Amino acid sequence: MTTDTIKKQRRGLHLGNRFRALPKSARIAALIAFVVLLYVLPVKGFYENLGLPIPAGDGYLPLYTTRSDMANVLFQCGYYILLALGLNVVLGYAGLLDLGFFGFFAVGAYTVALLTSPDSKLITEYNWLESPWPWLVTVPIAVALAMLSGVLLGWPTLRLRGDYLAIVTLGFAEIIRIVAKNQDWILNGDRGIPSVAHPPGTWSDGSPIFGIIDWSPYYWLVLTVIILVIFLIRNLANSRVGRAWVAIREDEDAAELMGVSTFKFKLWAFAIGAAIGGLSGSLWAGQANFVNSATFSLENSILVLAAVVLGGAGSIGGAILGGFLVIYVPEWLRSVGDVFGWPDSVEVFGVHIDVSPTSLRFVIFGALLIVVMIYRPQGLWPNRRRAAELKDRQKEVAPVE
Amino acid sequence: MNFDDLIQGFPDLTTTGLAQGSIYALVALGYTLVYGVLRLINFAHSEVFMFGSFAALWTWGIMGYDSNSGRPDLGMALLLILVALVVAALFSGGVAVVLETVAYRPLRKRNAPPLAFLISAIGASFVLAEAMGAVTERRQKGIPSILPNEPLFSAGGWTITPLQLTTFVVALGVMFALDWFVAKTRFGRGIRAVAQDADTAALMGVNKGRVIALVFLLGGLLAGVAGVFFNLKQGNTRFNVGFLIGIKAFSAAVLGGIGNLRGALVGGLLLGLVEAYGAALFGSNWTNVIAFVVLLVLLMFRPTGLLGESLGRARA
Repeated sequence: MTTDTIKKQRRGLHLGNRFRALPKSARIAALIAFVVLLYVLPVKGFYENLGLPIPAGDGYLPLYTTRSDMANVLFQCGYYILLALGLNVVLGYAGLLDLGFFGFFAVGAYTVALLTSPDSKLITEYNWLESPWPWLVTVPIAVALAMLSGVLLGWPTLRLRGDYLAIVTLGFAEIIRIVAKNQDWILNGDRGIPSVAHPPGTWSDGSPIFGIIDWSPYYWLVLTVIILVIFLIRNLANSRVGRAWVAIREDEDAAELMGVSTFKFKLWAFAIGAAIGGLSGSLWAGQANFVNSATFSLENSILVLAAVVLGGAGSIGGAILGGFLVIYVPEWLRSVGDVFGWPDSVEVFGVHIDVSPTSLRFVIFGALLIVVMIYRPQGLWPNRRRAAELKDRQKEVAPVE
Repeated sequence: MNFDDLIQGFPDLTTTGLAQGSIYALVALGYTLVYGVLRLINFAHSEVFMFGSFAALWTWGIMGYDSNSGRPDLGMALLLILVALVVAALFSGGVAVVLETVAYRPLRKRNAPPLAFLISAIGASFVLAEAMGAVTERRQKGIPSILPNEPLFSAGGWTITPLQLTTFVVALGVMFALDWFVAKTRFGRGIRAVAQDADTAALMGVNKGRVIALVFLLGGLLAGVAGVFFNLKQGNTRFNVGFLIGIKAFSAAVLGGIGNLRGALVGGLLLGLVEAYGAALFGSNWTNVIAFVVLLVLLMFRPTGLLGESLGRARA
């Protein structure tokens, strides 16, 4: 390491390095404190006592999403984080561009809906089931089916490379959505499947934990699942499988020549990613209570992709940060308008333009994506190894313009 | 399965399919040009198309024609279409060049990884679509009726409407012009050189930055033309029309072999036909499924599309 790079490292904050330099007990304590912090996020009082200045009137709270229920926003963040973690395995580790990741989410959600709803056609028309199953039993089935669909999609398509794979996965997600929308035999088309079961459990006074008034328990549930999934992915990434994925991502031909069975490991990445996507879908179905095809539009797949790359492909922390930001930032933007006296509409040449943050939130979010990619192409919280690779890449070029 | 509809409607289905396919082909050319040169899926190209569609709508509005006014006579109709074509093409071309300057050029200067380009493109797509949504209050806008719907002539069950005829003629004309431009002119040679090997081309004195801007401009021009015909065919437009057309056009480009100009033409027309026939066979709400299934099956057997990838190698 030259003195130059050492100097550069000193100049930056380098929180990551500082954190790693702490003694182990301190790191564990910090992590536990952080996790506890995550669990209190939906509590409104937390924001009131943050110590940040609270402007008078309008009920605005710093960081709180005033226009929509905070616990609900956090739950949405939660299942997007799960999706981002799943896509991160496919895209970040194995380097496979999947543009239709929401398809697996749909498989998971529909499985839960079909098996737990008393109005499902499996019960009312075909008599395959005696009575609706409890939610908890259907989750493993949903995960398994999503995994199976990942393998079924991957088997014929993983021989394709790069952008061809991208369009094929995109087509797959669209096919699932349109089939769900059009056909009437099982999935009920646009009318969807109502009264999907909630997760089990009751408070001591007999009211259900997972009700429809307070969304916080759902957030706590998804947060717990996320923590478990992180352990799973971390172990996978540090195992033989994870090393095979990195080898494939870096240079597929070289990996194949060194004896890595590329097809097998790509299929594994697809299956595991799909399983996590399906898990996310089954959690969502447990909260949503109603499943129809409108939820599974292609924009959502794109948003998950944006989450992974925004956070930093190949890094678990990045996927979490990205999944959180893509939901939270637009929602938060909706609530800041009240504070800064942002006008709701302006007139330009007699044309009435709606400039409320609600209307412009995706304009701002899109611009943010561009800016982040220009100044931090490796993502906000990159994998260290990948960040180093990208730095090399930047040095390599003397751009000829 | 409804074979009667397919057989009886075959001539009609063919003409409507080809007309729709020409629109796909025009947009697909924009994807294929950019992909051939930069190896980049220009995700925001669909919004460039949408801007062309609105530019045409506004042009007609300024010339005094909105969705409530009566149908103009033939001379006026041709004038309206001609002016809209020019304005929409220039407007879309301008948007595409701005897009390149703002969203892609800074990334190229920093030699960002391909994924960063894709995300930047997605961001640009959000910005363009939602900005138009804010300006148009997210409403569907009606298009003035300009060309008569009665068939122009018919022979043995084959009929063709004025709109279909104009769409073919203009689309094919524009595409042959593009083919000639890329194959024969100095600028075209520059494009092919950069597509083959950007760094070597730069060493040989090709201005890479200008070639890339030119490629975006060409793609934008074609998308604007497509926007006009889309308007006339559809009868209305909206801030989010780009998305579906963009996906279809990208599929068409892949179908023909992305990076291959003639491939985009073949892929576009084929996709239009497949959709039309498929809609007759299975019902119109299955159109998109059929399109994607055909794409998937084709990629199984020809993994680089019908005509293979090549903007650089062959004569375009």
